[in-house]
Amino acid sequence: MLTMEALNAVGADTATGLARCINNEEFYLKMVRMCLEDDRYEKLPVAIANGEIDQAFEYAHALKGTLGNVSLTNLLGPVEEITELARAKKTEGYDELLAKMQEEYAKLKALL
Amino acid sequence: MLKSHVKFNSVSGKRLILIVDDERVNREILGQITAADFEPLYAANGLEAMEIIREKQEYLSLVLLDLLMPEMDGYEVIRKMRSDTVLSGIPIIVLTSEESAEVECLRLGASDFIVKPFSMPEVILARIQRTIELFEDRHIIQSTERDALTGLFNRDFFYRYAEQYDHFHADQEMDALALDICHFHMINELHGKETGDEVLQHLSAFIKGVITETGGMACRLQGDKFQLYLPHADREYEEMLIQMNEHFSNYKEFHIRVRGGLYAKADKSIDIERRFDRAVLASNSIRRDYSRVVGYYDPKRFERELYAGRLIRDIDEALEQEQFQIYYQPKYNVTGDMPVLSSAEALIRWQHPEFGMVNPAIFVPLFEKNGLIQKLDYYILRKVGAQIRRCRDKLGITVPVSVNVSRVDLYERSILDHLEQILTENALTTEDLFLEITESAYAEKGEQIVAMVEELRRRGYKIEMDDFGTGYSSLNMLADIPVDILKMDMKFVQNLSSSKKRERLVRLIIDIADYLNVEVIAEGVEDTYQLEFLKKCGCGIIQGYYFSKPLPEEAFLELVGKELLTRGVK
Repeated sequence: MLTMEALNAVGADTATGLARCINNEEFYLKMVRMCLEDDRYEKLPVAIANGEIDQAFEYAHALKGTLGNVSLTNLLGPVEEITELARAKKTEGYDELLAKMQEEYAKLKALL
Repeated sequence: MLKSHVKFNSVSGKRLILIVDDERVNREILGQITAADFEPLYAANGLEAMEIIREKQEYLSLVLLDLLMPEMDGYEVIRKMRSDTVLSGIPIIVLTSEESAEVECLRLGASDFIVKPFSMPEVILARIQRTIELFEDRHIIQSTERDALTGLFNRDFFYRYAEQYDHFHADQEMDALALDICHFHMINELHGKETGDEVLQHLSAFIKGVITETGGMACRLQGDKFQLYLPHADREYEEMLIQMNEHFSNYKEFHIRVRGGLYAKADKSIDIERRFDRAVLASNSIRRDYSRVVGYYDPKRFERELYAGRLIRDIDEALEQEQFQIYYQPKYNVTGDMPVLSSAEALIRWQHPEFGMVNPAIFVPLFEKNGLIQKLDYYILRKVGAQIRRCRDKLGITVPVSVNVSRVDLYERSILDHLEQILTENALTTEDLFLEITESAYAEKGEQIVAMVEELRRRGYKIEMDDFGTGYSSLNMLADIPVDILKMDMKFVQNLSSSKKRERLVRLIIDIADYLNVEVIAEGVEDTYQLEFLKKCGCGIIQGYYFSKPLPEEAFLELVGKELLTRGVK
C-alpha cells in the first residue's frame, strides 16, 4: 500500500517531496507512482551490460531528475552515482550500484 | 502582484506560461506549483514547444525550459527564440540539474534558471513572477518602440535597430524592401477605418511570418507604408510579393495591390534612411505598371532623380544669387538686300555653383512639371524688361526681345499685371516685349490658353508660336489659334540639304503661315544653303548661328552698336 508512512519506512524524504507538491498528498503519491512505473529501471542495467554508456547516462540522468523531485532519496542515491559514472563514460564499477538500485526499487515497487 | 497586465489570453484570465520537459513527473509538479497563479501549457520536447510558442506568441508570458530532451533540445529552443524579433520578447527560465549548463544558458539568452530537484514552490513562483515582471516592465518601455496597431517596430526604433544590426553583422549583406498598399486611402474612405486597420494587420501578420523565416526586422513606417530590412539571400522577392498579394484573397472586393521596392545589397556607407529612400524610389517606379509587384532600385534613375531634386531645391537660392544668366540671340530680317537685326530671343542659362552650366533642356521641363517655372519666367521677364531699357538708354534704340512664357503662367490672370508692371517700370510698350508660347502649350486646356493669348494680343503683345511643327495642333485648330508669328522648329531647318522631303515640309509650313497671314521665323539656321533656301521660300526672319550665337547682354549691346554703325544710324 503506497502511503506516506510506508515511503518513510523505506527511507524516502516525503516531507520535502510533499512540500514540493504544495502539500497535496494525493498528488504527491500520484507522482511517486508515476515515477516508479518506469521501464527505464529495467532498461538501465541492460544498456550498461551492452556497453551503451551514453544511453545509460540518458536513462540514469532522467530518473535522477524525477526521483529528486519526489524525494525518493533511498533510490536517488545509487541512481545519482550511476549517472556520474556514466557521465564520466566509465564502462565498469556499476555492479554494486545497480544491485543497490534494484534493491531499493524493489522495496518501493512493492508498495504499489 | 505583477504590476503590468499585458499578456492574457487564457480561459482563467491568468497569464499563460509554457512548461517544457520530457519527464511527465516534472511537468506535472511544475504545473501543480504554478497552477494557482498561472495557466500552464505543456510540451514534452523542443518541437512541440516551438509550435505552441509560435501559436501563442502574443500571449505567452514565460517559458520554463528543460535542456536535455529528445527531438529538439532546450538549447535549440533558446537559440530559435532569441533570434526572432517577436519571440525574443518572451522570457525563458531554464530547468537544469547541471550547474555547468547555467552560464551557457544565460549567455544564450535565458533570463534565469531553476535547479533540479526543484526548490520549494515559493522560491519557484517568486522566480517566475520576478522574471515576468522584469520583462513586462521592459515591455512597457518597449511598447513605445512598437506600432500599437501592428506590433511591428515603429520608424525610429526600426532605424535604430537596423543600425545596431549592421554594427554587429558588419559582413552581412542586407536588402531594404519598402512595401505599400496602392490606393489604401480608398479602402479607408469606402469601407471605414476599422476595415483599413484590419487590412494593415493582415499584411503585418504576413510580414511577421516573412521575418520569422528570413531574420531581420520590419516596421510600419506610417499609414500603409512598411519597411523590411532582411539579410540578403538568394530569394525571390517577386514570389514573396505575389504571395503577399494572394494573402489578401479574402479581401477580393477591395482590389488590394501590395507593391514592393527593393534595394538589394544596400550600400551600408550611406545612412539607413537613405537606403530605404532608394527602396521607396524603386517602388514608385512601378506605381503605374500594374503588371509588376516589385520595382528594383536603378542607380542611374536614382542619380537622375537626385539631380532633379537638387535643382528643384536650389532654384530659390539660384534666383536670389542671380545664377541664372540671360543670353540674347539676335533675329535678322532678311527680306531686304541686307539682313537687318530686328529683335532677339532671351535664352536662359544656369551657372550652378556645383554642377556648372546646366542645360535648360533639363531644368525647364523639370520646373514646368512642378510649376516652379513661373518663378523663373517672371524673373526673366523682369530682367529682360530692364535690359531693353538699358539698351535704349545707352544706344537710343529699342530692340524688342521675345521671352518664353510657359503654360502655367497663362492660367493665371496675374501675368497681365506682371507684364504691365514691367512695361511701366521701364517705360516700354507692348511692342517692345514679345511673348513666345510653345505650340504644345495650346494642347492642354486649349480654350483657357487661347482666351488668355487673345487677351494678351488685345493688349498689343506680339505672340510667337515656338517650336511650331512639333506640337499636336491639327490643321483645323491652327485656324483658330491666336498668333502673330510662327517659329519653325529648328529640326525642320537642320539637314535641309540632305532631304527633298524636308525641303517640301519647310515650304509647306511657310505656306501655312502665309495662309494664316502671319510671319515665319526659322530657328537654328547655320549655313548659307539653309539661309538662301529659306529666303527663296519667303521666310522673312532668321535666327541661328549663321548670324550669331546667343550672347550675354554686354556682347549683345556691342552687336547692336555695330549694327547701328553699318546702318549709318547713330
